[in-house]
Amino acid sequence: MAMTETVGRAHADPHHIGLVIEHPGPAPKRIVTAYGFWVFLLSDIVMFSCFFAAYAVLHGQTADGPKGSEIFEQRNVAIETVCLLLSSFTCGMASIAADTRNRFWFYLGMAVTCALGLIFLAIEFREFADLVARGYGPSRSAFLTAFFSLVGCHGLHVSAGVLWLLTMMAQVFAKGFRADILRRMMCFALFWHALDIIWVAVFSVVYLLGSAV
Amino acid sequence: MLGKLDWSAIPFDQPIPLIAGAVVLVAILGVLAWVVVKGHLPYLWREWITSVDHKRIGVMYVLLASVMLLRGGSDAIMMRIQQAVAYQSQGYLPPEHYNQIFSAHGTIMIFFVAMPFVIGLMNLIVPLQLGVRDVAFPTLNSVGFWLTATGALLVNVSLVVGEFARTGWLAFPPLSQLSYSPGVGVDYYAWSLQISGVGTLVAGINLVTTVLKLRTRGMNYLRMPMFCWTTLASNLLIVAAFPILTATLAMLLLDRYLGFHFFTNEAGGNVMMFMNLIWAWGHPEVYILVLPAFGIFSEVVSTFSGKALFGYRSMVLATMAICVISFMVWLHHFFTMGAGPNVNAIFGIASMIIAVPTGVKIYNWLFTMYGGRIRFATPMLWAVGFMVTFIIGGLTGVLVAVPPADFMLHNSMFLVAHFHNVIIGGVLFGAFAGFEYWFPKAFGFRLDERWGKAAFWFTFLGFYVTFIPLYAAGMLGMTRRLQHYDVAAWRPWMLVAAAGMAVLTIGVICQIMQLVVSIRNREALRDRTGDPWDGRSLEWATSSPPPVFNFAFHPDVRGEDAYWDMKIRAQQQLLGHDLPEYHDIDMPRNSPTGFVCAFFATIMGFALIWHIWWMVILGGLGAFATFVAFAWRDHDEYVIPAAEVARIDRANIEERRNLVSMAGAV
Repeated sequence: MAMTETVGRAHADPHHIGLVIEHPGPAPKRIVTAYGFWVFLLSDIVMFSCFFAAYAVLHGQTADGPKGSEIFEQRNVAIETVCLLLSSFTCGMASIAADTRNRFWFYLGMAVTCALGLIFLAIEFREFADLVARGYGPSRSAFLTAFFSLVGCHGLHVSAGVLWLLTMMAQVFAKGFRADILRRMMCFALFWHALDIIWVAVFSVVYLLGSAV
Repeated sequence: MLGKLDWSAIPFDQPIPLIAGAVVLVAILGVLAWVVVKGHLPYLWREWITSVDHKRIGVMYVLLASVMLLRGGSDAIMMRIQQAVAYQSQGYLPPEHYNQIFSAHGTIMIFFVAMPFVIGLMNLIVPLQLGVRDVAFPTLNSVGFWLTATGALLVNVSLVVGEFARTGWLAFPPLSQLSYSPGVGVDYYAWSLQISGVGTLVAGINLVTTVLKLRTRGMNYLRMPMFCWTTLASNLLIVAAFPILTATLAMLLLDRYLGFHFFTNEAGGNVMMFMNLIWAWGHPEVYILVLPAFGIFSEVVSTFSGKALFGYRSMVLATMAICVISFMVWLHHFFTMGAGPNVNAIFGIASMIIAVPTGVKIYNWLFTMYGGRIRFATPMLWAVGFMVTFIIGGLTGVLVAVPPADFMLHNSMFLVAHFHNVIIGGVLFGAFAGFEYWFPKAFGFRLDERWGKAAFWFTFLGFYVTFIPLYAAGMLGMTRRLQHYDVAAWRPWMLVAAAGMAVLTIGVICQIMQLVVSIRNREALRDRTGDPWDGRSLEWATSSPPPVFNFAFHPDVRGEDAYWDMKIRAQQQLLGHDLPEYHDIDMPRNSPTGFVCAFFATIMGFALIWHIWWMVILGGLGAFATFVAFAWRDHDEYVIPAAEVARIDRANIEERRNLVSMAGAV
């Protein structure tokens, strides 16, 4: 990582600043990949913020349907939250294992992450199915529209994450800890942690504030 | 089996779209047949379709934009003729067809002309100006281009299979809801934009990362050419704004497909939320388009005035100020919503403030020209034409930024004239300036100046004759999107505008002729040195067209106007006596990932529009499989041996040395 900065004179600097720090040149691939993925994550968060904004605008529009406090089950949400936060920890373990080229701990970490993610998805799916069965589907009211979309968008991201996770495991199994695969693993870890951050916001804005009303 | 799709989707009773579709189809099949018969297909596949070279992708973006410009321009001609003849009569276009045409015109011109044109130029030039070998993510770059092409394809398919939206280019609900637009038009619109939007986001991430993380040695932020700065600002806006468009269209689609209530009139939906969301994307979008154009003008004005850009740092500051403030003005698109005087006042003031950094830029360009040795080559003509035209558009913009004035002018032809004034005068003139300026870099020969100047003058004058009357008609109370009208006072202005359209068309023909003539005379117009304009930034430091690796060495930058500086030093030492030692270069391998992915995206988009669910799943699985296959490949780079690098680089150095010694002899 040749990120050392050199100090030199700026010969053709028309502003005569004198001593300037010279840019060291193109960054190494690992930095570039991670940086690009961060930019993607930021754009993803902007997309989520639209669904948050829609929820903020529409959460009072229940159209004589149920309010949040009538349908949210805090016990389930607590279990979901624990699952996701724990999965972030195990994902971190898998990342460390990948960096130290330890296959056993990598597979174990990823498998537990996957299991926790699937439990989360199962609980969320049951919650949705239960609401729809009671006639409180997304077309019941604008509030339920915004709720299903925001939480469902996060759920879709987790599902895509699980698919990516399994692909990563298969890649490591087939190709080993190659440099490009380690870069992808880093991106996957960033993605998974970002989903956690978004869940913390979903938990606070939707479930905590919603239950209080 | 085929969802909503059956033979009634083909408009057999409407000759215009059918004939247009047939002509396009024959043209495409003709080109394909020619390519296959001549045996160019393997070359095309190897060197272009699967290419991950930023220069090739940039050229393909510009080609896509140019072709779509002809489509969007045809729509414009049809609309101008309709409004010229539809006085106290129905004209020749029935309302449902006319509505599709103005919707398609706006959608195509913004998403499939302006966007690919500026993204193409940024792709082509920015890595060269930064002195690097490619963008940050070459394969992703190809994916982005092909997804944009998919969107364009779907919009054009709607011409003959089904219909396009009749809702205007932003598909406001409740008109765009299923109850008022039961056909597939809005679905064509939304899915095309969703797919091409992914492509745009990918391009944005790629270029932001490229500018921030891939710069050659010594290319400090405050030494970057202005075009790199505006690219950075524009792509930051893409990253921050396009997800809003994606989310908003997703909500509209959920309303339409699954009966959600985001923007419905019933069950608590909120129509004005759509306005806020779509314009929170839509206003930054106009700066996404115009900032790169500002960058192009900065390069052109500086080069053709033979001077460093005046007020470089204030230009950087102005660019970044526009980047930030562009997110704080969206409400001026619907002052009439009735948000209250305080809200309207704040957004009105913000809209006026954003004109300040733009004014700073205008003065900087003028002062760059002041005292310069100005050469009025075609790119410079476009730049000067822009300054005159854009000031008028900017002033009418400040006028409609005043809420009480906007209440009178909202959705009138005055508004139509205003945004064409800034988008044609700003973005399109900028795109043409960039096209003329960088064409020699991309293809190795200059464009014919006479046809270029003719194209400029016809377009410039045609623009005024077409759009100044629309200001007048707007002042007389004419609202936009009228299929017919009964007010006699508007008629003369519509006739003048139609005549202006004819002049504009001559401009387009000149542009096409310029290309034909230049290709024919390419040997005479050949650019042997790679520096046809006496340029100042690094793209001119390599040959035209540049080798696939751009630079044999990462150039060492010592200050602003990096290449100008090098030339001065080189003249002093008569260009590089000590030839450097060459090394092997690793370049990314070509990959069909982008093309295959877009193929499946096309299938998926078409299936979603027509509710063919099995095909949706098929397309989705195909796209995922493509990504996995891409991730599975073992060799993503190939090596260009040092000897080959040396051969290519020395040939170029030889040409340049001849030039310098010739100049010395004079």
